[in-house]
Amino acid sequence: METTTISPTPLPTAPVRSLAAVRRYVSQWALIAALAALPVYYGVHDLVYGYQVSVAGHPVIHHDLSNLGYDFAQGLSNGAIWALIAIGYTLVYGIIELINFAHGDVFMIGSFTAVGLWGVFGLSPGMSAAALTGALLLTLIITMIVTGSLNVLIERVAYRPLRSAPKLAALITAVGFSFILQNVGLLWRGGSPQSVPDLIGVQQTVFTISGVPIQRGYILVFAVMIPLVLALSWFINATRAGRAMRATAQDPEAARLMGINVNATISLTFLLGGMLAGAAGLVYALYETNVWYFQGFKAGLFAFTAAVMGGIGNVRGAVLGGLIIGVIQALADSRMGPQWTEAVVFAYLIVIMVLRPRGLLGEETREAG
Amino acid sequence: MSAFLDALRERGGAMAQRLPRWWSRALAGAFIVFGIVLPFLFPPDSGFINGTIVAVAYAVMSLGLNIVVGFAGLLDLGYVAFYAIGAYSLGWFGSGFFFKLHIHVLVSPVASTLPGVHINIVLILIGAAILCGLAGMLIGLPTLRLRSDYIAIVTLAFGEIIATLAVNGQSIPIGGGMTLTAGNLGISAVDAPYFPGTGSFTLLDLRPWYWLIFAILLLVLFVNLRLRDSRLGRAWIALREDEVAAVSMGIPLVKTKLLAYSVGAAFGGMAGAFFGTYYTEVNASQFAFGFSIFILAMVIIGGLGSIWGAVAGGLTLGYINNYLIPDVLNDLPSKFGLHFQLTQVEFGIFGLLLVIMMLLRPQGLIPERRRRLELTAKIAAEDAQLEEAPATILPPGEGSA
Repeated sequence: METTTISPTPLPTAPVRSLAAVRRYVSQWALIAALAALPVYYGVHDLVYGYQVSVAGHPVIHHDLSNLGYDFAQGLSNGAIWALIAIGYTLVYGIIELINFAHGDVFMIGSFTAVGLWGVFGLSPGMSAAALTGALLLTLIITMIVTGSLNVLIERVAYRPLRSAPKLAALITAVGFSFILQNVGLLWRGGSPQSVPDLIGVQQTVFTISGVPIQRGYILVFAVMIPLVLALSWFINATRAGRAMRATAQDPEAARLMGINVNATISLTFLLGGMLAGAAGLVYALYETNVWYFQGFKAGLFAFTAAVMGGIGNVRGAVLGGLIIGVIQALADSRMGPQWTEAVVFAYLIVIMVLRPRGLLGEETREAG
Repeated sequence: MSAFLDALRERGGAMAQRLPRWWSRALAGAFIVFGIVLPFLFPPDSGFINGTIVAVAYAVMSLGLNIVVGFAGLLDLGYVAFYAIGAYSLGWFGSGFFFKLHIHVLVSPVASTLPGVHINIVLILIGAAILCGLAGMLIGLPTLRLRSDYIAIVTLAFGEIIATLAVNGQSIPIGGGMTLTAGNLGISAVDAPYFPGTGSFTLLDLRPWYWLIFAILLLVLFVNLRLRDSRLGRAWIALREDEVAAVSMGIPLVKTKLLAYSVGAAFGGMAGAFFGTYYTEVNASQFAFGFSIFILAMVIIGGLGSIWGAVAGGLTLGYINNYLIPDVLNDLPSKFGLHFQLTQVEFGIFGLLLVIMMLLRPQGLIPERRRRLELTAKIAAEDAQLEEAPATILPPGEGSA
């Protein structure tokens, strides 16, 4: 399982070495420059040319950054959802070096489970705040258990038998499972996006910061994401099982020799990743007020891009990457039109791969491309 | 079951050694004759010929992807991009889509009076292959330094970008009121293939279409077989098996990898251009991610790196997709009281096939000789014991070396 970094560069002679130094320098700053390009461009554009808003029916040109601030608020809360999914990718990749392709679809199943449970519990927007909160918490817990177990099951059926086989094999079964789950979703709720009741009034403005309205949905997303991420960090850093996870990620063979049950630890990792995906699924359904069997495909790719951007194998990196991808997505959505968003995000993915495959916070040793 | 098959194959192999050398040529000749005669056994517009045409075109694509994934071991999840580029080269150069231009090269008398660009199908096929070859190099460049699973994601991203461009191409003006693509409306009224002796092909008589795609299949098969046994083919396999060792033996990594992408893409482009004219339209909705997986499933089910496996996988899944699922088994769920049709979940079925294949028979239907030896020969097992590493079934990724 030892990872060897393969460099196609020929024997290091003097000019090649200086080239490599240039390359390192470029890779350090080019990605940051590329990431800053979109917000800086649109910020300057807003300040110089202004943007049109309608005040009491009259078009007015504003020259400020509120519009950009709105994109950022929207983007960060989208990004918090991507971050929750990205953590699942990053944990699994960190421990068995597999891109769990089915992860986005586990997230989709999470959304569907949550929406199904709303129906079972009879949740409606008219309920009292306390009852609604309690019921949503219960839904959250059940959804997390369902998706966590589903993820463990997938690992057991599709990845564990292939653990000693080359990586390509497990990646292919992952793709296969992604399609199976998508079709399960298709049979469950039909082929077109379904709107679900807006339980908490996500678009109501709670307060305004210098012209940027902060909606309920934003607060909801962070209220779920932050405690979960903190709990996960605590679990990984402070518990015995978390230490076993870190040890297995570093060297499965040595971990086994030290008496760690590697299989159980890997299952635990899938459980945690699946639970976070389930939470993301619930939040997504509340936040977007619609669910679709195909939502997991886009979400999975965005989240994977986020995980790679942050440095795959790194939980903090996944959160950072998720938030950045969310902002890129929001900027592309509002400035270029949503039909271009996927292309923009994927173009960023390719740029990251070229410039800095280990991501923003990734460590060079294990995760270097 | 599998042990029985292996025993059978071993005996078959022994028999093949006893047979005279002309045997394989006779077999190839019989295959070609059978392929040519086949459509005479069915009515000229029968559903079976239609299914066969599509299945053979899939086999061509599968052969192309097999070069990238099977020979060179680079997992490509964006193969649909080359279908799209191939189909669009037909849409652009074989229809009235660029209505401001009047370019006609060796086309039917009717087409040469119409506005737009109308070029003979053979030239378009060559053009599509070149265009896709260049696009393949383009996608190859950023993946050169990456590990296998990262390659998969970058190629996927590339495929999705091309698909997004195809869908949104309607809003990309290229001058003169013309746009890059027609998006989900589709470029329709594309030219049917025309040869001086035959006139334009029509959908009432499918036989000429079949012979055209069969000829493409033979060409691609020939190129594949010659490539596999060439210096380049051995270089691909060497890179797949151990990149460090291959590079230190003097194999040019950049050139070899880029050629794999490029040749594989060129075949996909030819099949794509054929699909463009056969479906009589080029519609952006055809270029979904699922198609990449569909072609990948053909390669895997046939046997990674195996040429005849890729053909068998392409034909099998082609028939399953265009004949078995829609025509024969579609009502199966309703017989069990379930309210859906099997065509709705075809990608789920292919996903399941992928999982089952990987778990039960990772070497595929017709495994490559080298792989089969690795799996069966004692030497491989002993080697594996020496290194305390499990026997390899598939090309090891760079990282798991």
